[in-house]
Amino acid sequence: MSALLETHGLTAHYGDFQVLFGVDFVVEPGEVVALIGANGAGKSTFLKSVTGLLKAPRDSVRFGGETISGLAPDKIVRGGIAMVPEGRRLFPSLSVEENLMIGGFTRRAGAWNLNAVYKLFPILRERRHTPGTALSGGQQQMVAIGRALMSNPQLLICDELSLGLSPIVVKEIYDALPSLTQDGLSLIVVEQDVATARAVSQRLYCMQEGRVSLTGRSQDVTHEQISKAYFGI
Amino acid sequence: MWSWIDTLVQGLMLGGLYALFAMGQSLMFGVMRLTNTAHGDFLILAAFAGFSLLSAFGLHGVCATAAIQLALLPLAFVFGYGLQRLVLNGTLGKDPLPSLVVSFGLSIVIQNMLTEVFTSDPRALDTGELNMQSLTLGDHLSVGILPLSIFIIAILVVAAMQWLFGRTALGRAFRATSDDKEAAQLMGLDARHVYGLATGLAFVLVAVAGTLQGMRTTFSPTDGPAILLLAFESVIIGGLGSFWGAFAGALILGTTQSIGFRLDPGWGVWFGHIVFLLMLALRPQGLFPKTR
Repeated sequence: MSALLETHGLTAHYGDFQVLFGVDFVVEPGEVVALIGANGAGKSTFLKSVTGLLKAPRDSVRFGGETISGLAPDKIVRGGIAMVPEGRRLFPSLSVEENLMIGGFTRRAGAWNLNAVYKLFPILRERRHTPGTALSGGQQQMVAIGRALMSNPQLLICDELSLGLSPIVVKEIYDALPSLTQDGLSLIVVEQDVATARAVSQRLYCMQEGRVSLTGRSQDVTHEQISKAYFGI
Repeated sequence: MWSWIDTLVQGLMLGGLYALFAMGQSLMFGVMRLTNTAHGDFLILAAFAGFSLLSAFGLHGVCATAAIQLALLPLAFVFGYGLQRLVLNGTLGKDPLPSLVVSFGLSIVIQNMLTEVFTSDPRALDTGELNMQSLTLGDHLSVGILPLSIFIIAILVVAAMQWLFGRTALGRAFRATSDDKEAAQLMGLDARHVYGLATGLAFVLVAVAGTLQGMRTTFSPTDGPAILLLAFESVIIGGLGSFWGAFAGALILGTTQSIGFRLDPGWGVWFGHIVFLLMLALRPQGLFPKTR
């Protein structure tokens, strides 16, 4: 089976400052892959390169067998990659339902629509006319996930889902994820909470100073290996 | 007593025209945070475009002017879209200075080009008898048909803009891109295209306002900056990013000017500026800031 997403020797720069140093990363269809690493390890830059917010070198990012490096973010979304950005980034002037509808702007065919999202997160139906940013942090995260699903992606990237949320809410959010992968959706879960990342994923990558410092099956890698790859000690 | 009521009514009619001046400016600022300092000059350019087409085809009368006005709308949209995609998108960013400098440059180019082609003589768009017709309300009050029509058009335009922004997919795209351009791109929106559509629409409004200005009064190549000031004042009094706010701001400006003119013919414009300065001092966010 060919990989759904594949980066090969991915590098990234901010001006003269190099941030990523030849990152190789693979996601298979239907797979949940965790990406962990300390602040400044290069996780966000990696995601920006994959989603087109940062221009990736030619042929360094392939999706569904086709190169997507250099494409604009909207083209990459239309191709089937959606993202739940760090900090949710809901649109303040849009209601919950309007935020979800913006997610469906690309009109990609698939099972996800307003009703499917409301079935996954019933509270959102009750709050659908409320401004998105007036919800609690957990509910906002549900909107952000629903908004990304509305584009019917093949690959969903979740950046720091647990950031700023209580453990109970984090559990509620992560409990919903397995149902997403039943239809073959692949996930990249970026997390600072290593235990959560290991629990939800089949494989993990750890990044340190712009390089992949560890990769393997989530249940096989040891605590010591992760500590060393995470902190470099 | 009746003369004061007449002053207020004439002020409201004038405010209707100012509201149309303000709509394109409010739209461009609301979506792109772009302050187009050539706004007034584009308005005058639209009036001259209407004048040129009428002259070229040898047309006369209000029906011909209205037809030319309608014909200009798609051209204005294409012009605005192209300007945004080819010029203005390159100026957008965290620093507002590039867009200010570029639009200021465009303002100078337009004024000089129009002066070169049309000289500085004032012109007007032919309205036949319409400019002299009025609606009599009782024994003491009459309203010009043209100013009343412009006022009604202004209300319809504001309502249409509010509907577009509040109820349509395009309006949602405008608001989302305005809120967070990067997040909007991650939802599949092409920000450059969305900005192009916004400016195209703004230029349709500019064409409507410019040609109605040309029907109501005379215009000359260097009138743009004065119109820009009126649009700015309306938008700021009403609140940045709010269409009904800009409409209310324009009515306040028009009414105040009308009262000033009544007290002394030299005071009208000055009175409007006083209200604007008072608003900046007492409520700088405007009356209805971003009420979408």
